[in-house]
Amino acid sequence: MAKELPGYGTINVPKDREVPFGAVTPAPVCTQDLFQTSNWRMKRPVKEDEKCTRCLVCYMSCPDACWEYKEAEDEMYWIANFCKGCQICIQECPTGALTAAPELDFPDGVVRLEKPF
Amino acid sequence: MQAFDYKFQKFEPLKSFKKAPELEVYVPGHRTCAGCGPALNYRLVAKAAGKETIFIGPTGCMYVANSSYLCTPYACSWIHAQITNGGAVASGIEAAFKVLARKGKHTGAFPNVIVMAGDGGTVDIGLQAMSAMMYRNHKVLFLCYDNESYANTGIQTSPTTPYGAATTFTPPGKEIPEGKVLFPKDPPQLVIGGHPAVKYVATTTVAHPLDLMNKVRKALTYEGPTFLHMLAPCPKGWLFDEKLTREMARLAVETGMWSMYEWEDGVYKYTNVPKKYKPVSEYMKHQGRFAHLKPEHIAKMQAFIDERVKAVKERVAIPIPTPKQTA
Repeated sequence: MAKELPGYGTINVPKDREVPFGAVTPAPVCTQDLFQTSNWRMKRPVKEDEKCTRCLVCYMSCPDACWEYKEAEDEMYWIANFCKGCQICIQECPTGALTAAPELDFPDGVVRLEKPF
Repeated sequence: MQAFDYKFQKFEPLKSFKKAPELEVYVPGHRTCAGCGPALNYRLVAKAAGKETIFIGPTGCMYVANSSYLCTPYACSWIHAQITNGGAVASGIEAAFKVLARKGKHTGAFPNVIVMAGDGGTVDIGLQAMSAMMYRNHKVLFLCYDNESYANTGIQTSPTTPYGAATTFTPPGKEIPEGKVLFPKDPPQLVIGGHPAVKYVATTTVAHPLDLMNKVRKALTYEGPTFLHMLAPCPKGWLFDEKLTREMARLAVETGMWSMYEWEDGVYKYTNVPKKYKPVSEYMKHQGRFAHLKPEHIAKMQAFIDERVKAVKERVAIPIPTPKQTA
């Protein structure tokens, strides 16, 4: 629904984002998909799997829980949707298996999100 | 009269990262800055405590940056309290659950009640509510994530901001060249000194995740109030490179700016005490908030830290009785 604001034109609040005052919102289950932060980053961590010892230091140092260890495949997975590019994992990696690569070098780099936040 | 069994949760200490609970309770998708120390702290605490937890979030970074625009990263129960009354809200929740359990209306395991307060919500504005909660002997874990400033409103000075830091309220200038002139409060000693009901107090940092999670799990097994003080470096407020968040916490321990210990019913147990402390300038040189300091100010800070480290050495020097080995 479009609202008239004096001097600012109009803003469009999507219908599914409109709530009454004091509304109850659903709790997230695994990830909060309404707030993806992938377009924040300028560098992304790139893993060299031969050097990785699965010590889980990156998993324990990520504020956004963007590293995941899959036990069945014995591999570390990076969750691209939420990585803000803080590079703590690269700094902390004890074996140097992670390196910072510019985001624009990737075909899927810096994707504008459909929702504003 | 037999004591009522409230079905408090039991927690075993974690041995390694692989043994840590896989479940993320503080899920990705929040508005904190890149490299946020408090967010990392929150994630590890939530991971250690598990899903059967009620978090109380007094106003601070971890409320403002996380619970906006109708999306929160909390996969467990969470309630906002005003910055003054984190302890009071927690007392009410804990007391209500005890009554419900006694009346048979709540039959499951007793939820962990954790207050995640910033340094302002702990030892500045929220001090009276925290103190009253500890005085009334509620089973609540009061946790202070210390980023040494009021960071979400624009880095104002707080009682735990170290001497010499430049903040919005203590800018260095011609009259006061060092910025902040006051020395910080010591929250764990404040709790230990004045609250006889508290049996467990510990300090830790985000650079020691296993230690952090084990201290949370240990604190949650106590049946009374407990207090944890955690250093959570803030890249935006301290003006350092965001990838150094954990490195800053590690350097704080190595230089003596932060000491890691647990206090259990009158007995101190220190961990990660370096053999030789690094000079505080090692810690300060990475941070923009100390960039304006002159050598005499750093010397003043060093003297303050030396005095504090002396107390650590005295407490560590008490010999721990060990059983004699027989050949």
